[in-house]
Amino acid sequence: MAHMGTAGKPGGKESGGGLRYPTNGKTIYHRPLNRSRTSELSQASFAYLFSEMVAYAQKRVTGIQDLEKRLNVQGHPIGLKLLDLLLIREPARTQTRPLNIIALLHFIKGNVWQHLFGRQANEVQRSSNAETPDEYMIIDNEPVVNAYISVPREMSQLNCAAFVAGIVEGVCDGAAFPARVTAHTVGGKEDGEMWPGKTVFLVKFQPEVLEREALLGKG
Amino acid sequence: MSYYFAIIGTQDNPLFEHEFGTSKQGGDGQARFSEHTRHLNQFILHSSLDIAEEAQWTTGQLYLKAIDKFFNNYVSCFVTAGNIKFLLLHQPLNPTAGAAAGTSSTRNSTSIAANPTSPQTEEAVKNFFNEVYENYVKAVMSPFYKLNMEIKSPVFRARVAAAGRKYL
Repeated sequence: MAHMGTAGKPGGKESGGGLRYPTNGKTIYHRPLNRSRTSELSQASFAYLFSEMVAYAQKRVTGIQDLEKRLNVQGHPIGLKLLDLLLIREPARTQTRPLNIIALLHFIKGNVWQHLFGRQANEVQRSSNAETPDEYMIIDNEPVVNAYISVPREMSQLNCAAFVAGIVEGVCDGAAFPARVTAHTVGGKEDGEMWPGKTVFLVKFQPEVLEREALLGKG
Repeated sequence: MSYYFAIIGTQDNPLFEHEFGTSKQGGDGQARFSEHTRHLNQFILHSSLDIAEEAQWTTGQLYLKAIDKFFNNYVSCFVTAGNIKFLLLHQPLNPTAGAAAGTSSTRNSTSIAANPTSPQTEEAVKNFFNEVYENYVKAVMSPFYKLNMEIKSPVFRARVAAAGRKYL
């Protein structure tokens, strides 16, 4: 096999350890990190890809929760990686790590949404329920991922934006604010609702995050 | 001056390490750690992780400057957005080694190499970290790279070595 590989590519450089360089010598390290202007993707091709991702996740699942979990897992590493990428694209003097929940959610609402969907999220809210001070909500009136998805009646619980919830969870986890993030459809409950696809991303932080927040607030 | 640089993952696991010496003031870029203390570098570096984790919540800046000192070793720290820590241990030429190296230590007395806490050194280390950070993010962008994986790319190593030559 190894012999065939080298014979097939006479121009390719072969170094010890079996690592191969591209023939033009360009690796990922030679490419710039800032190329946000021309890197927009057509929504049609994204919708096609995303439908395949949902179909893939739907194989061998037992229920809706399981399916949402799989979509969440697909998004998680994207969030982890986006965090560093978006921070390094910030101008040097505003290049700071989010230190509290508000700063983190602001970063997600602004930078992450802007990068992923070309616009900001609609709202960020703190849970009004006094019993759950660890819950925050990011609200998107019409999520891009759900644009061409019609959920069958028997699966009305499903919201495929669980994928986006996974990305948000990845960002939170990466920034050392471990959280569980889930997507819920809230629009269309009553007729005449302006945004039928309105989705709430419920961010539930782990207790240690709030503990640290309280400590930092004091100092 | 000798340097030992390491990238530490979120589970306090080392992802990358590199040892080099100063290239300024006619340095040859070779590390000059003494043989019987060289193996302590990893311990000293990792022992400063606790301080790094405390310091990272007092400021949103990525670069935390020199956070720890152990005898003649100084540790500078840089925390990325994803809580990966870049640690750089710098060890100025110690007096006995300087005497053995002849006049070089007296000539370097005002340079980056001799004074690990001066603003010039801080700035040089900052530039070094920023360049490594850029390359680290590129490494992370690879679809085959997962969080906390060891970085084995020889291109990455060459880039870190180049940044070391450029700034330190």
